[in-house]
Amino acid sequence: MDVEFLSRLQFAFTIAFHYIYPPLSIGLGVCLVIMEGLYLKTGKLMYEQMTRFWIKIFALIFGIGVATGIVMEFEFGTNWATYSRYVGDIFGSALAAEGIFAFALESGFLGILIFGWNRVSSRVHFFSTIMVALGSMFSAIWIVVANSWQQTPAGYHIVGEGLNARAEITDFWAMVFNPSSVDRLSHVINGSFLAGSFLVLSVSAFYILNNRYVELSRASFKIGLAVAGIASLLQLFTGHRSADGVAEYQPAKLAAFEGHYDSLAVADMYLVGWVNQKTEEVSGISIPKGLTFLIHQDFTTPVKGLRHFKAENRPTAVNFVFQTYHMMVAIGMILIGLTLLAAWLLWRNKLFTQRWLMIVFAFSVLLPQIGNQVGWYSAEVGRQPWVVYGLLRTSDALSKAVTANQVIFSLLLFTVVYVLLFILFIYLLNKKIQHGPYDEEAQEDIPDASKRDNPLMAH
Amino acid sequence: METILGLDLPTWWFLVVGGLFSGYAILDGFDLGAGALHLFFNKEESRRIVLNAVGPVWDGNEVWIVIGGGALFAGFPLVYASVFSAFYIPFMLFLVMLIFRAISIEFRSKEPMRWWRQLWDINYCISSIMIAFLLGLVLGNVIQGIPIDQNGDFTGNWLSFVNPYACIVAVTTVALFMMHGAIYLTMKTENRLYAKLTVLVKNTTIFFVICYAVTTVATLLYATHLSEDFKQHPQLFSIPLVAIISVANITRQITKRKYRFAFISSSVTVSLLLILIAIGLYPNIVISTVSPAYNLTVYKAASSAKSLKIMLLFAVIGVPLVATYTTFVFWTFRGKVKLDEHSY
Repeated sequence: MDVEFLSRLQFAFTIAFHYIYPPLSIGLGVCLVIMEGLYLKTGKLMYEQMTRFWIKIFALIFGIGVATGIVMEFEFGTNWATYSRYVGDIFGSALAAEGIFAFALESGFLGILIFGWNRVSSRVHFFSTIMVALGSMFSAIWIVVANSWQQTPAGYHIVGEGLNARAEITDFWAMVFNPSSVDRLSHVINGSFLAGSFLVLSVSAFYILNNRYVELSRASFKIGLAVAGIASLLQLFTGHRSADGVAEYQPAKLAAFEGHYDSLAVADMYLVGWVNQKTEEVSGISIPKGLTFLIHQDFTTPVKGLRHFKAENRPTAVNFVFQTYHMMVAIGMILIGLTLLAAWLLWRNKLFTQRWLMIVFAFSVLLPQIGNQVGWYSAEVGRQPWVVYGLLRTSDALSKAVTANQVIFSLLLFTVVYVLLFILFIYLLNKKIQHGPYDEEAQEDIPDASKRDNPLMAH
Repeated sequence: METILGLDLPTWWFLVVGGLFSGYAILDGFDLGAGALHLFFNKEESRRIVLNAVGPVWDGNEVWIVIGGGALFAGFPLVYASVFSAFYIPFMLFLVMLIFRAISIEFRSKEPMRWWRQLWDINYCISSIMIAFLLGLVLGNVIQGIPIDQNGDFTGNWLSFVNPYACIVAVTTVALFMMHGAIYLTMKTENRLYAKLTVLVKNTTIFFVICYAVTTVATLLYATHLSEDFKQHPQLFSIPLVAIISVANITRQITKRKYRFAFISSSVTVSLLLILIAIGLYPNIVISTVSPAYNLTVYKAASSAKSLKIMLLFAVIGVPLVATYTTFVFWTFRGKVKLDEHSY
């Protein structure tokens, strides 16, 4: 196995694992602000218990997110030294900004969030919650800006030649607001809102199904639903904007999304399909001329296909990009359907009596997670063979001083540690959920729907 | 070249990166030191108290290495690329140890079983020691210089990192953090635990002073280039002198049981030792043992003037902000540790 493959595998593995946690933190952060805000506004004990419970879960998720996030920052230097030399002037400043303006904010106030209940006033605590939520979003902003610059470089010029060639910044704001930043950021942030809110929905549905903490769970379900509903609808819009941007700036990636090979032809849009990379054909169910319409708003303008690009400049894993992209879109649609259905039933006052729907919601937490992961894969694998689109090839970005054996060693190390970490995470998350927001036995005076008139019991 | 207050931009950025790493060493230094001492405390309650003494702040402390790393990447990408790829194995172990430390703190309190807690106690202690040791190992190698070619790529064998001088620096780093951590813990504990810590403070200080003396001699023998600047500019000798006074003041304050002042003194010591190394290296950041022509100087390794200016602005806005809420968090959790339902 060569160093390039191993280093790519290691980066993909470590980032995929890391990417479970920050979206959850970002989404949960928003839910926490709503919960604690409601507590301050109403003074109800229920909202306080809700906030405290979700802060405990937030802390667990955040802790693992931090522990796995530092790895990525180091990997740029350890595994991708040539890349680091090439983009340091630009990429480094975005990373440094993330550290100083975002990460420090959330990590600083997190201590108050978890341990500060008895030490600061409730207003200061609420302020800390807002700072942590804002900090986690600022992190996403800088990281996505840095990544978007790799997708659609802007605001730079190239200095030097050959091994000494480097990208240097010419216009900071053009770099930050490069053509894909805003679209991709709004897409990622909404994806994160979905990840966090569906965790709230899932746990709340689980409690409702088990007839525990019913009043509290219904209230938290509504909060989760409000966030999820807005985010899932916005995602339709941001997704479309992102795809438009890809069509304009990364046409080879767009062609791979749809397995569109014909060099300049009107393109179909597949709902499901399979790309045969040998024959360069796609079989599946498609909307004729759908892609053309989506991109150009007519049925006649051709879309560049993969054959339009030189073989060495197009992504090789076309079927993988096709499948992951279509999974993301399908999950997005399911999430819209689920939240709209739940909102309609809530309006009709029938939501919490639909046992089947509560079961669906209890498992639904996996959907945004899968959606975020596969969306990220299609975006990153679709960018290949470039690490900086059109400027630097992935194969040229490696560290020359690092051998395959060293990467195998670190890859094995991370695999063992991450598997262990994931098992512990699930175990502890499950334990916290089983334990619940408060001790039911000890606090019988907690306001809760009495078990007699719980409609679920009638079924 | 453009200058601000008489210093050029790469030199300014050298100071910023140095300042950030020094902030990291002072802040994470005491919680790593507390972690390294963890197994000296036998009783469950003592272990919980010392863990909770760093509980609300260790995460914020660790942020400084992320900022410092980002600043190094942004300001001196060539150094970042060369050093990180050269030290591949030590850095990978460092990352794994950072993860182990984080999850040990997080997971220890989640189960009451004795074996569970003991497992995480051992993990916490070993990973804290290893983090300090690996940082010292990298520092020791940077002080000596490493074999890098004209492209900044490492040409040596990775096992050569584990050499006598680097190991001396690594052990000294562990000793320094242990002393620093022990002093911090005296400010957070009471009664019998406090009494025990006053003994630990003395022992760790003796341990550090011995290591400090050995490292100084070793540096004069093995890393002769480090003292060149001092020979050329005799006024610079004031800094090692201040460092010695600072170390002496630690022992003085400890004898007087004024641990707050001892802590300030040990924080000053941490940064003075880094300043000494920085002066010795400047204008180089990485010295090539292959040829002096391949040395990575601040000028050769720096980003463009435009990038450095933007980031200097970031630093001017960001560092006071971070300092403000770091102070706020420390102030919130001031005083002796009291265990409650939110504690680990």
